[in-house]
Amino acid sequence: MRKLALICVVMVLAFLPPPLLGEVDSALLQDSVTVDLPEPPAPPGNVTATDNPNDNGRAIRVTWELSADDTTGMKNVIGYRINRAEARDAADSLWTEASDILPSGTTEFIHSGDGEEDGPDYFAKNYDFYYRVHALTADTFSVSAVVGPVQAKDNWYNTGVTFVLLFVALFIILTVTFVRIARKGKELYIRPLAGIEAVDEAIGRATEMGKPTLYILGLGSAADIATIASFAILSRVAKKVAEYQTPLLVPCYEPFVMTVAQDTVRAAYMDAGRPDDYDEDSVYFVTSSQFAYVAGVMGTMIREKPATNFYLGMFHAESLLLAETGAMIGSIQIAGTDQIAQLPFFVVACDYTLIGEELYAASVYLSREPVLLGTIKAQDWAKAVVVGTILAGLLARLLVDLDFIKTVFEVSV
Amino acid sequence: MATGNGNRKSPSNAVKIILVIVAVVFLISWISKATTGMADSTWLNIRDGFLITFAAFLTLSIFSFLYNDNPFYKFAEHLYVGVSAAYWMCLGFWSIIVGNFVPHASKTLSTFFKVPFQEYSWFYYVAFAFGVILLMRLLPKAGWIARWPLAVIIGTTAGFNLSRYLHSDFMSQVGNTFQPLFVDWQGAGHFFSNLSLAADGQLVMSAGNWIVVVGVLCGLVYFFFSKEHKGMFGAASRLGIWILMITFGASFGYTVMGRISLLVGRITFLFDDWLSIL
Repeated sequence: MRKLALICVVMVLAFLPPPLLGEVDSALLQDSVTVDLPEPPAPPGNVTATDNPNDNGRAIRVTWELSADDTTGMKNVIGYRINRAEARDAADSLWTEASDILPSGTTEFIHSGDGEEDGPDYFAKNYDFYYRVHALTADTFSVSAVVGPVQAKDNWYNTGVTFVLLFVALFIILTVTFVRIARKGKELYIRPLAGIEAVDEAIGRATEMGKPTLYILGLGSAADIATIASFAILSRVAKKVAEYQTPLLVPCYEPFVMTVAQDTVRAAYMDAGRPDDYDEDSVYFVTSSQFAYVAGVMGTMIREKPATNFYLGMFHAESLLLAETGAMIGSIQIAGTDQIAQLPFFVVACDYTLIGEELYAASVYLSREPVLLGTIKAQDWAKAVVVGTILAGLLARLLVDLDFIKTVFEVSV
Repeated sequence: MATGNGNRKSPSNAVKIILVIVAVVFLISWISKATTGMADSTWLNIRDGFLITFAAFLTLSIFSFLYNDNPFYKFAEHLYVGVSAAYWMCLGFWSIIVGNFVPHASKTLSTFFKVPFQEYSWFYYVAFAFGVILLMRLLPKAGWIARWPLAVIIGTTAGFNLSRYLHSDFMSQVGNTFQPLFVDWQGAGHFFSNLSLAADGQLVMSAGNWIVVVGVLCGLVYFFFSKEHKGMFGAASRLGIWILMITFGASFGYTVMGRISLLVGRITFLFDDWLSIL
């Protein structure tokens, strides 16, 4: 009977599937077989953790030296992982992963987060943290020494924008200087711009034809530089329009822009001594959807047939649609924008185009006020500084590249 | 909107016939799309058929502007403008007032609008106060006060942009102009013996850097306003505007290709989704 039972057990074991058999085998052999664990790689050396500079206090910069086994040898390190804890001697379970696996060869990681306390990326500022770096191979890892405590602190001054500060300071000094010179009565030359000189002529044409003048401020917000420049030009155009008693249409894309434009046009009519001629409905909101706005303005163009169209401000894909429609109805068109991608469309479809900074300078040309003339002069000096900086930088690059100078010398000899 | 002419005429017989034809084509298309629809229920097929037919009608109505202004374009234009203005108003209410202000202002309102209350923040009340003051312009005697928040918003954003643009655009562009004028220079002998017109060759890369540097400098010279453009200065300025125009030409071609892809998208919709003949 015992022999029969033994034979049955042997038969069952013989027909067991391999995985199950494997489990049985390993369980049976657990105490009798020694497993050779892979040898860990050399750990990353010289780990540092410091507050990340020039930020809002939500980041720590961790650096390390590569493991000696980085991408070499049998213990090939394939990557690194950063761990963070709130105590130096925290248990392994309390160390959290601060990074994904960073590729081999990496020696720096900026651990950053945000200030949302309930969010997954919350990063406490002014709080002690400890860091360590893992060097990972395909089947094992090594751990560096723990560094810390380190705190993330917010910075009042961003040293990365020192040159911006210096340039702004220089520009302010230049502006104040030239404004003072202009106020003393010294005549400052500014070269003629065809697009600006055509403004009076274009409004005069609209007056003669008895048709309205259309002024489009573009799709920018009221705080965009191009829109601000356009408000200044609108003021001059509205004043001229008021003097000539020509209708003005200003369809707006943005409610804020409409509000400022209404105030600008109203003030211009008052300056011209014709406050009663101002029509509140001449500056109106269309919609804040780009192509719906285009459809609306194109409809206005084709029905009102304005004699003069101004496109001054920030434009995007609608530039050619508007300018083509204006050309189709035979309007004189003056455009200006600082959007490089849209300038080609205005150049081909409009009579005059103000390119980039010409738009900013246009209000100065129209007003000729000493203060604004001084700013134009200051801008030119600032550009001269930029040209000088570029030339100096190029020269420095050549001088630093001594091999180049040496080879030139050798060739000349 | 200040549109429309004052003399409204009753439509001519030709216009009436065109309107009837369009209406008939629309109905035939709708019935056709509804009967051939692949949706699970009849109602969904009827709805989808209407939407596709209506979208095709609006597309063709907008295209009809290429001929001239007409009632179909006017209908599509006014529908588009009206729907988009209403859409943006609703979006503004739900994303800014309900999405941002309410969760930081009132637990009762958060419960009412079914948005999770976050925490009280005085910052949001300041923004709300700005909004209320902006609306004061609707009152004739208190309209002046609406300029204050406008001034703060425009001034703050302009100042913020000044620093941002100077750093990202201005400084970065100046830095990127510091190009090596003689790429990988190892002497004149090496240069001429390895002369090549390959895009990554020494000659082409050096020439490219020269064009960048000369283009930037001459472009800057063109934008000098307070100096007469005569002599060498004038020549550099003319070269600058030439470079700008060549750049604009290249940009024009590139962008037109993008616009053609948009046109292809609409034509694909008409011939595939609507007419199903592609």
